[in-house]
Amino acid sequence: MCQACDSFLDRLFAKGVLHETGVDGLYGRGQAFEAVIEGMDRLITRLAEGDHAEVIRFPPGMNRALFEKSGYMKNFPQLAGTVHSFAGSEKDHLALLDNIHNGGDWTGGQGATDIVLTPAACYPLYPIVARRGQLAPEGGLFDIQSYCFRHEPSKDPARMQMFRMREFVRIGLPEQAASFRESWLERARGFAETLELPHHIDVANDPFFGRAGRMMASSQREQALKFELLVPIESTENPTACQSFNYHQDHFGELWGIKTASGETAHTACVGFGMERLALALFKHHGIDTNGWPTSVRAALSL
Amino acid sequence: MLDTIRRLVDEQGRLAVAAEAIGDNADLYATGLTSFAAVQLMLALEETFDVEFPDRMLNRRSFSSIASIAGCLHELKEAA
Ligand SMILES: [Zn+2]
Repeated sequence: MCQACDSFLDRLFAKGVLHETGVDGLYGRGQAFEAVIEGMDRLITRLAEGDHAEVIRFPPGMNRALFEKSGYMKNFPQLAGTVHSFAGSEKDHLALLDNIHNGGDWTGGQGATDIVLTPAACYPLYPIVARRGQLAPEGGLFDIQSYCFRHEPSKDPARMQMFRMREFVRIGLPEQAASFRESWLERARGFAETLELPHHIDVANDPFFGRAGRMMASSQREQALKFELLVPIESTENPTACQSFNYHQDHFGELWGIKTASGETAHTACVGFGMERLALALFKHHGIDTNGWPTSVRAALSL
Repeated sequence: MLDTIRRLVDEQGRLAVAAEAIGDNADLYATGLTSFAAVQLMLALEETFDVEFPDRMLNRRSFSSIASIAGCLHELKEAA
């Protein structure tokens, strides 16, 4: 096998860091990969120590009705994934088996369930916070994690269709949201330095759909509502966003009716760690074998 | 043209004040125009004036005031 001409993804497969499934962007994770993810999780927890964020972990699916209300389909219809299930008769079942056997379309009769795949870890959080009623004067701070889905099959290992996102979410006054984001931009630099990853932070936009989306994206950039911490993985010209720092203004507060202690619409901000992307960045820069990683990086990840 | 733009701002902008009371150069975002309402306004302008805003105009600035919207429309109408 030629090391030089194999892609990064091929080498990850060859060493069992990731396992191929036959679908681009959908991979099994090997022991070394998971050890790195766990190490980063602990490191992130330590960064946030003393913040006393409320911990919530989500399954990879969310309530379809809440997803509909979230407006995700307005902005990112191309990325969403829904969960469908068989709900037919015995006769329908036979037709389905027949179609599978003959290579026909057997999914046409599947009906939508009450579950959609979670597109971003913070989406299921807002309705939970809203249900609790008015915020306390200090606002809310959450430490959340979820597997997320985005339909964008790619050979770039950093563009997975299913991946974990660890997030911290601040809900409260505009100043609280702003200072939260500022402090995480600072912490993120320290985090990347500890892991000895080449990085820079830049203004960014979400992949909004269509022409309306082009306007949303330019507006998001002009207002500097989104920053990303970028690390070169597949290319130096187009480095990969491994963390994002988002200020939603009162968008989610308004949508879900979240009120501050003084009755104003709450502002929200979130910082997201793309766990798989960060792990891949480490494998890219420090090598496929974690035993060869710098001692300080191994120590930081308790490897 | 300005009257038609004001009507569409009223219909799509979801502002707290009537467009009639907004000066040609006043900042619509400061008046409460959200990014999403700006998109709705953009689509309504295209339909009403039978134009298509090119990518370079699909930004926050183009829709920031009644005068800037009129400026974009003039430019498109002249080019047509
Ligand atoms: Zn978020």
